[in-house]
Amino acid sequence: MNQTIISAATEGTNPLVPNVWEMGVVFAGFAVLFYIVVKFVVPMFEKTFAERAEAIEGGIAKAEKAQAEASAALEEYKQQLTDARAEANRIREEARAEGAQILADLKEKAAAESARITAHAHAQIESERQAAVVSLRTEVGTLATTLASRIVGESLSDDARAARVVDRFLADLENQNAGAAK
Amino acid sequence: MHLPAILPWGVADGFSKQMLLVILSVVIIATFFLLAARKQQLVPGKLQFAGEAAYGFVRNSIAKDIIGGKDFMKYVPLLFSLFFFILVNNIYGAIPLIQLPSFSHVGGAYVLAAIVYFTWIAIGVKKNGLKYFKLATVPSGVPVYILPIVIPIEIISNFLVRPVTHSLRLFATMLAGHLIVMIAGSGIEYLVMQENILLKGTSVLVLVGAIAMYMLEALIMALQAYVFTLLTAIYIEGALHADSH
Repeated sequence: MNQTIISAATEGTNPLVPNVWEMGVVFAGFAVLFYIVVKFVVPMFEKTFAERAEAIEGGIAKAEKAQAEASAALEEYKQQLTDARAEANRIREEARAEGAQILADLKEKAAAESARITAHAHAQIESERQAAVVSLRTEVGTLATTLASRIVGESLSDDARAARVVDRFLADLENQNAGAAK
Repeated sequence: MHLPAILPWGVADGFSKQMLLVILSVVIIATFFLLAARKQQLVPGKLQFAGEAAYGFVRNSIAKDIIGGKDFMKYVPLLFSLFFFILVNNIYGAIPLIQLPSFSHVGGAYVLAAIVYFTWIAIGVKKNGLKYFKLATVPSGVPVYILPIVIPIEIISNFLVRPVTHSLRLFATMLAGHLIVMIAGSGIEYLVMQENILLKGTSVLVLVGAIAMYMLEALIMALQAYVFTLLTAIYIEGALHADSH
């Protein structure tokens, strides 16, 4: 083996001079390899790379779409919530206004009623007073006439008698009044 | 510097071990990536994950980072093929019994460098028309009186030296690594055969050194595949954007 190498090395010409057959084999071998690489290897790997990138980007796109949908739903929900709140506020305001209206109406009615009752009472009192005044006037007249006739019928010089007459008159008056009350 | 052929045995220009390994490398790479890419799933399995990591390395770390823009995808197949073709053929040198990096034979390196050379020139011409050669050799913003010096330098460095360094860098590192490991191996064998026990013992030192060199060579094998592909990407980027350089 050593002898072969040594002899090959010594016999050998300039190492920079190529063997044409070796060049041919390298060229042919490289051409075949290049053909296989261009035709199969690179397209296959590139296809996988592209698919993988697509899968990742597609996933991202899908996630983004879901995100957008979710935020749209949230927006809609918030909108609905706001609407509902506004609606509730409106209804509450309306109820309050209506209540105030009813209250005001009632107050007004009550005030009118009380005014009416008061006026009625005043009128009644006035008419009763009028009736009392009329009856008093007639009675006072009668009483005065009776008293005068009594006083005139008795002696006016006797103070004691006069006083007795007055007392009797007043007692009669009281009895009369008590009898009238009964 | 050519091993005797396998078929017919011992003939210098026959079918050699190197040729067999080159063909094998094509089979290995094609099989691995076709298997890895065959059942493509969004959530990758182990094999698919390894394939995607390897493919993504060339696609993103080399093609996208260097060429960039939106048209880097057009050059991914070339860079991908180059990287793994060179990587597998280099790694052969680190596998026991195979122990032959294919590009320690200069022919393969010439072929790949030539493919890259014509590719980037074609890209430059297609993108900028024949004006490309002016763009590539006459740098903008250089005073007119320096141009007679600069233009020949640019022509030599871009169009003459570039493919040579591109190919020889790969070839020389592979050959040197291959030779060092081979010489160390032969040296160990020679020293072990010696009668003198002390001389025999020095083989251990050589072994330690050889293992260290072997590790270094394994690193360089991967690194050179990366460097070759990276330079290809840089050349293509330069051709694409010649007007802005």
